[in-house]
Amino acid sequence: MTVHNLYLFDRNGVCLHYSEWHRKKQAGISQEEEFKLMYGMLFSIRSFVSKMSPLDMKDGFLAFQTSRYKLHYYETPTGIKVVMNTDLGVGPIRDVLHHIYSALYVELVVKNPLCPLGQTVQSELFRSRLDSYIRSLPFFSARAG
Amino acid sequence: MLASMFHSLFAIGSQLSPEQGSSGIEMLETDTFKLHCFQTLTGIKFVVLADPRQAGIDSLLRKIYEIYSDFALKNPFYSLEMPIRCELFEQNLKLALEVAEKAGTFGPGS
Repeated sequence: MTVHNLYLFDRNGVCLHYSEWHRKKQAGISQEEEFKLMYGMLFSIRSFVSKMSPLDMKDGFLAFQTSRYKLHYYETPTGIKVVMNTDLGVGPIRDVLHHIYSALYVELVVKNPLCPLGQTVQSELFRSRLDSYIRSLPFFSARAG
Repeated sequence: MLASMFHSLFAIGSQLSPEQGSSGIEMLETDTFKLHCFQTLTGIKFVVLADPRQAGIDSLLRKIYEIYSDFALKNPFYSLEMPIRCELFEQNLKLALEVAEKAGTFGPGS
């Protein structure tokens, strides 16, 4: 059980943060293109889901899984998107993603007067706190499983 | 139109994979429904939208694949890539769906 990587996007598609812990395969394209592709895919999934849904949706798209990994998604009303790829053994982690947003991003970046919003987060404190939080999660194992 | 949208999302899901050898999207979860996708070796995709609590969808997808190959592909009047208008296919499909619905959240075979 492990976490592969984490993306943070803002409402305009700018990738605010990306970190990886266990990633075995690169996408074969540049990182900038990968961010754009990821954001575009999530945008299309959201609109696809809203069209396909038989009932009115409250939270919308939550996660998807393939044969090898699971992608978890959390979006705030302000358009900030937290995306985490984990392996298949991990269950619903919406509260984990919410914690990353509220306790880490809001506290360390939004409330920091020296951190400009709308661009990649430079704050070292945010990076290290996020890293230690992810490593402390019960489903994170240091050995890629 | 939505089918082609899903087809590209399926492919991108496999390309952005952090792990080797990932398939495309097999299951997509929202708060109101779960979408299951089964891709055959020939590239045909069977997509089922179900209640999030419904179990037994994997075997249902394989059963639908069986019904498709029995009543659509083996039908000499059916041409590939066209919409399926075979009565036996639709009848058997309906039966399989009813069985799956009755099995409900307890899973098949109970």
